[in-house]
Amino acid sequence: MFDLEFFRINTGSGYWDPILWIFAFIIILVIVYVIRNLGKKDFKKSGEKSKVFLSGNPEYDKEQMHIKGSNLYWGFTESMKWLYDILNRFHTGNVSDYVLWFVVVMAALFIVMTISGGI
Amino acid sequence: MNFLPVPPEYIPVLIVAIPLFGAFLTPIISRINGKVRNIFAISILGITGFLVFWLSTEIFTNNMIYTYVFGGDSNVIGSGNSAYAIRILFEVDSFGIFMAIIAIIVAFIGTLYSYSYMKKETGLDKYYTLILLMTAGMMGMLLTGDLFNFFVFLEITGISSAALVAFWIDKKYAVEAGFKYIIISAIGALFVLLAIALLYGQYNALNMSVLANTITNFNLIDQIILILLFSALAMKAGIVPMHMWLPDAYGRAPASISIMLVGATLSSLYAVFRVIFTLYGKVFLSVSIQTLEFVTTANILGGFIVLLAVLTMLVGVIMALKQNNLKRLIAFAALAEIGYMILGLGIRLAAKSVIYDTEGTAISILNPAYTQAALTGSIFHILNDALDVGLLFLVAGAIYYATKETSLDRMGGLARNMKYTTIFFLIGLFAMSGMPPLNGFASKIIIYESAYQLSPLVSIIAILSSIMLLACFVKVFHSAFLGPKQPHLKNVKEVPKTMLVAMGLIAILIIIIGLFPNLVIENAVKPTVDAILNNTAYISAIIGGA
Repeated sequence: MFDLEFFRINTGSGYWDPILWIFAFIIILVIVYVIRNLGKKDFKKSGEKSKVFLSGNPEYDKEQMHIKGSNLYWGFTESMKWLYDILNRFHTGNVSDYVLWFVVVMAALFIVMTISGGI
Repeated sequence: MNFLPVPPEYIPVLIVAIPLFGAFLTPIISRINGKVRNIFAISILGITGFLVFWLSTEIFTNNMIYTYVFGGDSNVIGSGNSAYAIRILFEVDSFGIFMAIIAIIVAFIGTLYSYSYMKKETGLDKYYTLILLMTAGMMGMLLTGDLFNFFVFLEITGISSAALVAFWIDKKYAVEAGFKYIIISAIGALFVLLAIALLYGQYNALNMSVLANTITNFNLIDQIILILLFSALAMKAGIVPMHMWLPDAYGRAPASISIMLVGATLSSLYAVFRVIFTLYGKVFLSVSIQTLEFVTTANILGGFIVLLAVLTMLVGVIMALKQNNLKRLIAFAALAEIGYMILGLGIRLAAKSVIYDTEGTAISILNPAYTQAALTGSIFHILNDALDVGLLFLVAGAIYYATKETSLDRMGGLARNMKYTTIFFLIGLFAMSGMPPLNGFASKIIIYESAYQLSPLVSIIAILSSIMLLACFVKVFHSAFLGPKQPHLKNVKEVPKTMLVAMGLIAILIIIIGLFPNLVIENAVKPTVDAILNNTAYISAIIGGA
């Protein structure tokens, strides 16, 4: 007998069943494929409509058009610059600072223990 | 069923002795031939792995604890009230062997990968010697039942790891990372030693079971020892804000060593769990009303650990997002994953509560059911993290092997020439980001749900961190694998077969665990969680009825 429990994990308030998920995923893929096939079939890739338009600027070689890693999420990192400035200040690369943080955590734990009524 | 040529009680010590013996033999075998040496190192770890898996089936199936006593037949000297557990011994329960499985998988895969990855390097006799020493150190840390012995293995692991981080001695950043690692490792180990000295001074014992049985009233010395042990081991586990050595070491070591460093870091994390739940089990696990005064301490300490977990997740992903060095990016992502693991530990302690009657008198102490689920998620995530992070480091190594590039800005279009590596990267990407149906999701969903019951905010941060992890690796996928072939990478070829096999083995494990999470949870994770939460069994295995 096919035992569904074999695949499931109970998460406390529900369950997670990867096999069921895969079935659902395949069904969704089939639906997507069907919808895609409903599209126009007379579209041709050649001609003016498939040419790249860069606001009138010339198109560079394909190799030069690749967006580099440092350009990705530029908007996010720029808007979160204040946070990155703080984090960068902590990440000094100086091993003395690394040890300092160890001392800070130890001191914080002493305070935690004191608050909790231990020490 | 024992079909091994040695009695089963010798297996724990053989798991440490075989790689240790292999380490000393490696320079000699290296004189014969480089290929023989490489195969020898892989075989040694294969045999050790076989013994670990054999022992794990025995322990998980029969729910038993294996002990091996050095220089004697009995765990104790003397009898009755004058019985002392002063011998050095190994004590292997489900938790220890579960972690040993993880450590041996990463060590074996890392060594197999090294076969081709390090082929053109010199000084490989030292490299393989150090790998075997590091494996012996990790195994010792995970299997020993003696605290001083633990310190010795901690040092063996730390020294060999630092030397391996700095293996590419001609690269200045590698040497710097190795230097930082040894400083942090030595300071951490010295504080562990100080804590052990205090314990010995206080209780005249170094055996973990004896100490676990003795630490009951949580006096001032006990608390200072806990602070020293927790801080030192948490630093070695890379918990924020003591994590800064981790991206340096992971990022600059050869990829085959980065995956092993994951094992070493997780061994320190194991020690954090062991200290809190075994050594201080009578303080933090007890639901006896006599331990009422410790509930607040557990709650506040748990809250502090949850805070560290949240910081670890957030700092990890935020810093990962802006990295352009691929291995450094993965290292920060690995840091975020550590946050998920300690979250379960924090939840367990923070949620401990007291039940009062109508007159306001405390009648019992309760550990809510979801705290056990949180711990299950954490332990399961330790396994998943080792595999997912390990696979991504190996992919980063494969890219470096093929292109000699580490910066994402210098990469592009690699999927056209490195099809298998691309597939392995995608598997690692989805697994690490907690995307269904891979293994990372299975453990993270348990953590999300249990964290939600403690505080919805913590759960939201955990989910947000996973989404940001996905964003990090989508960036890598786009900039390294997609797009047109870059002019300087036109002649890039797929990596050698042994490297593909090493990555393939991890990818298969990730898929299997992802599709059948229940198989792993029922047969390995739950016995492990039971072992963690039942320190009485750990104590009884050495000194009888505790």
